[in-house]
Amino acid sequence: MISAGIDIGSITSKVVILDDGRIYGSKIGFTGYNAERAGSSIYNSLIEELGIKHENVNSIVATGYGRNSVQFADKTYTEILCHAAGAFYNNSDIRTIIDIGGQDSKVISLSADGNVKDFCMNDKCAAGTGRFLEVIARALEIDLENFARLSLQSGKPASISTTCTVFAESEVISLIAKGESRENIIAGIHDSVASRLSSMVYRVGLNPPVMMTGGVAKNSGLVKAIENRLGTGVLVPESAQINGALGAALLAAKQNYRQ
Amino acid sequence: MTEKSDNTKIRSVKRMKEIMTAYYIDAKTAGQNGKKVAWITSGGPVEPLIAMDVIPVYPENHSAMIGSTKMAIDLCEKAEAMGYSRDICSYARADIACATVNGGPIGGLPRPDFLVCCNNICGTVMKWYEVQARYFNVPLFIFDTPFIHTDFSQEARTYVVKQMEEYFIFLEEQCGKKFDRDKLKDVVKKSVEAQRLWKEVLATTKHNPAPMSAFDAFFHLGLIVTLRGTETVNDYYTELRDEMNERIQNGIGIIQEQKYRLLWDNLPLWYKTKWLSDTFASHNACLVADTYTSAWSFVIDMIDLDKPVESLAMAYSNVYINISIDRMYENLSTMITEWKADGLVLHSNRSCKPYSFGQYDTARRVSDEFGIPTLMLEADMLDGRLFNESQAQTRIDAFIELIRQRKGE
Repeated sequence: MISAGIDIGSITSKVVILDDGRIYGSKIGFTGYNAERAGSSIYNSLIEELGIKHENVNSIVATGYGRNSVQFADKTYTEILCHAAGAFYNNSDIRTIIDIGGQDSKVISLSADGNVKDFCMNDKCAAGTGRFLEVIARALEIDLENFARLSLQSGKPASISTTCTVFAESEVISLIAKGESRENIIAGIHDSVASRLSSMVYRVGLNPPVMMTGGVAKNSGLVKAIENRLGTGVLVPESAQINGALGAALLAAKQNYRQ
Repeated sequence: MTEKSDNTKIRSVKRMKEIMTAYYIDAKTAGQNGKKVAWITSGGPVEPLIAMDVIPVYPENHSAMIGSTKMAIDLCEKAEAMGYSRDICSYARADIACATVNGGPIGGLPRPDFLVCCNNICGTVMKWYEVQARYFNVPLFIFDTPFIHTDFSQEARTYVVKQMEEYFIFLEEQCGKKFDRDKLKDVVKKSVEAQRLWKEVLATTKHNPAPMSAFDAFFHLGLIVTLRGTETVNDYYTELRDEMNERIQNGIGIIQEQKYRLLWDNLPLWYKTKWLSDTFASHNACLVADTYTSAWSFVIDMIDLDKPVESLAMAYSNVYINISIDRMYENLSTMITEWKADGLVLHSNRSCKPYSFGQYDTARRVSDEFGIPTLMLEADMLDGRLFNESQAQTRIDAFIELIRQRKGE
């Protein structure tokens, strides 16, 4: 049985195809302004690459902010349920998930059977999200890919006091003017994000093992800062960025909508 | 979205609108009829005003109307331009700005002859009413109710009772006539009856399907706030209660195919009630009760008709947000049990700190004790700039998923 999960995020869209519950293929692309088109074009190009016909896909679940614009999905679920399913599939011991997406971050606590016990999301603020890191990267003229490497070289993380993305950007610019090193600034930024995230973790209750999902999990400098704040290790699965789509595909696999 | 068929319409709404219209016409023409107008806080002791034939006017009720008619943001911005911080309560901002331009859905409130401020609901009202007392150049009476952390001490009791006597003297001065204690007794009797009837109206939603929802209660609350102590209110709530019982007998629910029963904590989002109601209804979820509208009947048992002065002082000191989180939790947990709630929605209301303080602890206690999912919606009762629809949608969807998961659906 073939199932598909489509996660339309604010920055990127992800598609995962499962064949009898195993990952058969995945694809990531930019969402852009048209979420509906992004979803269908990534999905179509992936099934074409995999040599699968749309009519042979048994069920499709959409998630993410653009979930309701995926007209060809059989069902939609929120990212909360999908990230939980994806993380639990990767490691059934996981009790806490930190997901940092483009426009929001969330913490999910899981029970032993993989059900969601509680969740908490950041509100109306970009601080602590992927978009926040993008803005800072632009101010520092550094690719996000180099963020982790540079921050891990920091001797003394700079103190970033503001939590607002826009104001933090001005704070970073004034730190540059003062001659603070980029390494220390990036480490300081990571620490400020980690501080926000860890308070969200404590809100739902810190219950290890902790897993981090979402595209931002690729940033090992931030993962390290979160580990320091929480005083516990944070696991990052290979499929961190496609975790939401993977969860959607797993939930889709529970139902055969088409046949 | 569920479609609203005719049998989900509440007949009494029409009567309620007529009463409120007549009330505001009376208040706006009070001067021509030789009547005094007093502005009073929502939790303030209104019975002595009614006993003295003064028309009470509630800036908070008016602010709610401003919110429902989506006129709040303009007024909030106007207050901010006047120099008031965006962090100040949006009711206060809307009212302060409205007074200067006679804005809002009814062209502003009638000018007050004097103001009565009771700080049992928050500290902001003190400064807010001082601002208005200066603006209108009218006397202000402040009724100070000490916060009740655990018990209400004898000293605190004596203190509030003494203020009740001072309040009567203040009213005698303002109205130029003797305070009528017999009439007060009669008004208090009617007020208690209003609270009892309101409690009965709210209790009808314990039934499945609920004949009305908290969103309806937010609307019908208007009278218990503004006119308790008058016969009109009692007639109205009798009629509304009977209509609800009739709906129960005919099996009419306010939403179609009600599956989940939810409780709401804190004030509503006046500008988003329809959207929230439709969003919950689309998930077959009904907000069957809330702590806010119930607050007007939580202290009903404290009023002793033989000792109106002392017991009124006690009741007004013990209102829902002038008591400790532990005591608030007792009320809430009783409601969860009595209304058989499947989940709790908490509105973390940027404007109302005393109501929102402690909600995270409350949510944790509820999930530990009852095992039901809780949802925190961060917003504001009036200032729509603090609400994000798509974020709220995701939270609500996820919350309902948790309820379904818990029920094994």
